[in-house]
Amino acid sequence: MSVSDMFIALQGVLTADQDIREEIRKVVQALEQTAREILTLLQGVHQGAGFQDIPKKCQKAREHFGTVRTQLESLKTKFPADQYYRFHEHWRFVLQRLVFLAAFVVFLESETLVTREAVAEILGIEADREQGFHLDIEDYLSGVLTLASELARLAVNSVTAGDYSRPLRISTFINELDSGFRLLNLKNDSLRKRYDGLKYDVKKIEEVVYDLSIRGLNKEATGGVGGEK
Amino acid sequence: MSGKEGSGGFRKRKHDNFPHGQRKEEKENVNPSSALMTSFKSFQLELDTRHDKYERLVKLSRDITIESKRTIFLLHRFTSAPNGEEILNESEVKLDAVRRKIKQVAQELIGEDMYQFHRAISPGLQEYVEAVSFQYFIKTRSLISVEEINKQLIFTVENREETTNMTSNSHDKQPHTWSLKVTPVDYLLGVADLTGELMRLCISSVGNGDIDTPFELSQFLRQIYDGFTFIGNTGPYEVSKKLYTLKQSLAKVENACYTLKVRGSEIPKHMLADVFSTKTELIDQEEGLS
Repeated sequence: MSVSDMFIALQGVLTADQDIREEIRKVVQALEQTAREILTLLQGVHQGAGFQDIPKKCQKAREHFGTVRTQLESLKTKFPADQYYRFHEHWRFVLQRLVFLAAFVVFLESETLVTREAVAEILGIEADREQGFHLDIEDYLSGVLTLASELARLAVNSVTAGDYSRPLRISTFINELDSGFRLLNLKNDSLRKRYDGLKYDVKKIEEVVYDLSIRGLNKEATGGVGGEK
Repeated sequence: MSGKEGSGGFRKRKHDNFPHGQRKEEKENVNPSSALMTSFKSFQLELDTRHDKYERLVKLSRDITIESKRTIFLLHRFTSAPNGEEILNESEVKLDAVRRKIKQVAQELIGEDMYQFHRAISPGLQEYVEAVSFQYFIKTRSLISVEEINKQLIFTVENREETTNMTSNSHDKQPHTWSLKVTPVDYLLGVADLTGELMRLCISSVGNGDIDTPFELSQFLRQIYDGFTFIGNTGPYEVSKKLYTLKQSLAKVENACYTLKVRGSEIPKHMLADVFSTKTELIDQEEGLS
């Protein structure tokens, strides 16, 4: 084989690779759009008036996840199944975002942390690599960390809306989450940087709880005003 | 990068001596056997396993790089040594050692998605491509193909004890043959590096009074350069980046050929070495800078 033949063959391989990436990019764009729609929908919970119809918002969001599932389904067909990590960078970000959104919905519904398996199910993908298109553990954890920041905000806004009990529950949740993350030996990568931000969320929520308890508002919360749950 | 890491570490420390009493109190509230904590314990295990594997591969990759570099240095002595056959044999032995390392990499990757750990092993593979293609060029004066390289990277279980020592996990599903594929991009980057070695070979061969090799090399380098321009920017960023260095190497070789042609007619053969020894120094200095 002559040198030029070899390079022609290589060029063919590279072009095929680029075509695949182009296809993936298109689907990922659509996914990002859906993710934005869900986010906009869920942002409503921060508004005072939004607290009442959280269950309705969650239900709507869950409907949107149907679209996500079909889009992810089409993403799976765009590349050879055994080369997930070759193109991982393309959907990494949007997948983290979707994990966050799913985790947020689950938290609003049940105030628990969504498991990796449950997220994978909501998104219509696998939790285990051997099963096919899966959710990478780092992406899952990254999405969960985004949830922590969102909850810090929610704690603040709950107080504004007159709900004094929710911040206390959020505080318990975040503390457990923080202890969980402390177990992990993270490398100096993006996940580690995200994790470094968690303590600010913890701090923010602690401040809210402190403000409530110094005024005795936390007692009131357990008494009457209460949340919608 | 390091700056960011530094600030991360700093923030962490600052955080740790933040509200200590309060922290401890809360920690006791957390039930260590809750569902959340249990799942995080399994995450810890999973992440540690993954990081450990990554680190082992980085280490192997480094070993591969070092051994490949040594092989290249050895092959550079080929031009000056009268016993060329011996050097080629020695390089073959060294490359076999490198291939044994690559076999370990392949064993680590059994049942894994190779691209997940690609960043760890890519530098080593590129260096290996460089060494093996350099040896191939010296032997056959032509470019080794990706297929040829990959053919040498199919391993079989011939030496049993070695395989049992390696890879403690994944014992059960060990296949009888397994292979590691050099990706096209790794191959291209290795070949791009090869051109730098060929440039050195060209200059030193003039020093040895070998007049034909430079012309042969410039011909060969031009073919490779044409190939790379054909690929242009279809490839990833790294490939286009190497194009510049490749162009420089080619220019050096072409200039050497020019000098040989012009001055060669007037300078007696045994003095050509002096003309080029000053040139080589210049080139080496530039190389050191880049």
